[in-house]
Amino acid sequence: MLDGIKNLPIVFLLSIIIIFPIQAIAGEGQTKSKLPNLTIEKVMDTPNDHGRSITIIWKKPSFDSSFAIPTGYKILRADSLRSNFDSVEFVPIGKSKSFDIQNIEDGKTYYYRIGYANTEIISNIAGPVQAKGNWFHTGKTTTFVVTILFCALTLGILIFARRGGELYIRPISGINAIDDAIGRATEMGKPILFVPGLGAASDVATIAAFTILEHIAKITAEYKTRIIVPCYAPETMIVAQEVVRASYLDAGRPDLYNDKEIFFITQEQFPYTAAVNGIMLRDRPAANFFLGKFYAESLMLAETGFEAGAIQIAGTDEAIQIPFFVAACDYTLMGEELYAASAYLSKDPMKLATLKAEDWGKAGVIIFLIIGVVVASVFGSDFFIRLLDVNVM
Amino acid sequence: MKRELPIAITFICAFILTLQYFIPHRSFEIMYEISNIWIQIIGVFAMILGIISLIMLHWEKIKHKKENWGFSIVTLASLVGMSLVGLIASENSPVFEWLYNFILAPISATMFALLAFFIASAAYRAFRARTVVATILLLAAVIVMLGRVPIGSLISFGIFPKMAEILVNYPNVAAKRAIFMGVGLGAAATALKVMLGIERSYMGSD
Repeated sequence: MLDGIKNLPIVFLLSIIIIFPIQAIAGEGQTKSKLPNLTIEKVMDTPNDHGRSITIIWKKPSFDSSFAIPTGYKILRADSLRSNFDSVEFVPIGKSKSFDIQNIEDGKTYYYRIGYANTEIISNIAGPVQAKGNWFHTGKTTTFVVTILFCALTLGILIFARRGGELYIRPISGINAIDDAIGRATEMGKPILFVPGLGAASDVATIAAFTILEHIAKITAEYKTRIIVPCYAPETMIVAQEVVRASYLDAGRPDLYNDKEIFFITQEQFPYTAAVNGIMLRDRPAANFFLGKFYAESLMLAETGFEAGAIQIAGTDEAIQIPFFVAACDYTLMGEELYAASAYLSKDPMKLATLKAEDWGKAGVIIFLIIGVVVASVFGSDFFIRLLDVNVM
Repeated sequence: MKRELPIAITFICAFILTLQYFIPHRSFEIMYEISNIWIQIIGVFAMILGIISLIMLHWEKIKHKKENWGFSIVTLASLVGMSLVGLIASENSPVFEWLYNFILAPISATMFALLAFFIASAAYRAFRARTVVATILLLAAVIVMLGRVPIGSLISFGIFPKMAEILVNYPNVAAKRAIFMGVGLGAAATALKVMLGIERSYMGSD
């Protein structure tokens, strides 16, 4: 009996040495048998990219929840079928069943396999595949076609205008009021304030603002009215100085031009707002023009101008700011009206032609929308939705 | 030539950058990156001119002791002070960060906070029911405001929140989309005018 008790530790140790490895081997076998096989469905050059990338798509495995799910997939790569496959990427287990492998050498042939991390289970060999840059983004086909159509339409109307065709533009009260506002300031002997917004000189809204500034500056030169242009961006200041200088020159009054009236303040949004508000309250301009890109400062500027008693004309393409300008200004150029100002003011047939093309473009969009809504609602077809689907990624 | 060359440069650059939007190839991506670097370089030179303009303007005010010339001293002192701290101690230094976080940021935040009062005064004027359209605006605003607060739901048995949702999601979105479409086409037309040299006012005089 005692001998049996003495031998108990030896029996226990033997059982650990023998039984545990057997269990481990059996367990490993079970894990291996329960993990589903991996299959690469497709390996290809990543579409619509600049190159140096390959996309690998595999069939998503379904795991038995009673066994440990692997932490992720390992992506293996080889230069040829005879070479060894080396692990190049780790993809965590998740919903994903595809992966873009980056920093690939363009034009070089590769073969791929995929396996579960920390296991020997690997997929079929996929390839050969080469990475290359694409020369057209297929996700932007709709945008490309619309751009071509719009350019063709604009050029067609330009040719029509050059041949002397008459183009009617509806009256825009905000633009008509510009001359009256300048006249009022002249009569009151007070300056005019032109704020070109927070946009860069290259923004379309700022470019449109420059065209209106050109018109305003010509009149202020004729009337000898002071014009103040505080700028948010230094490059806007340079362009604004040039525009005003050219206008004074065209008006035959280059002597009246003062570049110190077109100055840079700061590129910080609210300090800029504070500075412009200060100008409005100190110099009391009789007419304020807020034309260009505006953000949260729009209402602060317009309300201060209202308090200062100025006639105010605003224009922006920022849809969110339009209600603020409508509430606080006398006239507001909404969105595209800002862009239309240059054509409207100059009456140049070429500029009017682009405006007309824009109107025809809008008409086309409206017709397209109506047809799309009818087709989707009555016939249940998603043809137009798919047609207009733009994948920019 | 003084006009034609800038127009030609504008056309070529605009055409290449338009193509770049549709061509994802690496060569066009590099061109886009280079053009962005050029814009930054031009911006730096423009900034120098901007700072000179700012200094000249305020120096004139101080020199001739114009109205509120004391503020010009504060402006120039701030400009010089921040620049020196940034140049000597770098922009990541604690002193620079302290100046930015505890002087400039609170001043900006204070200005932004004033927006609430500006909104209140503008809303008071905009919502006066003088015409039919203004009355509709007032009614819509009241419904949306009441629909967004718990008491609105309580007094209307949940009707105001639903009405507010309809107003915000349908008429509001429809109007916004109309503006966006107009802006999109207008921007494209303006870009074409600039590319083709029809719009040249930004170039100044000959």
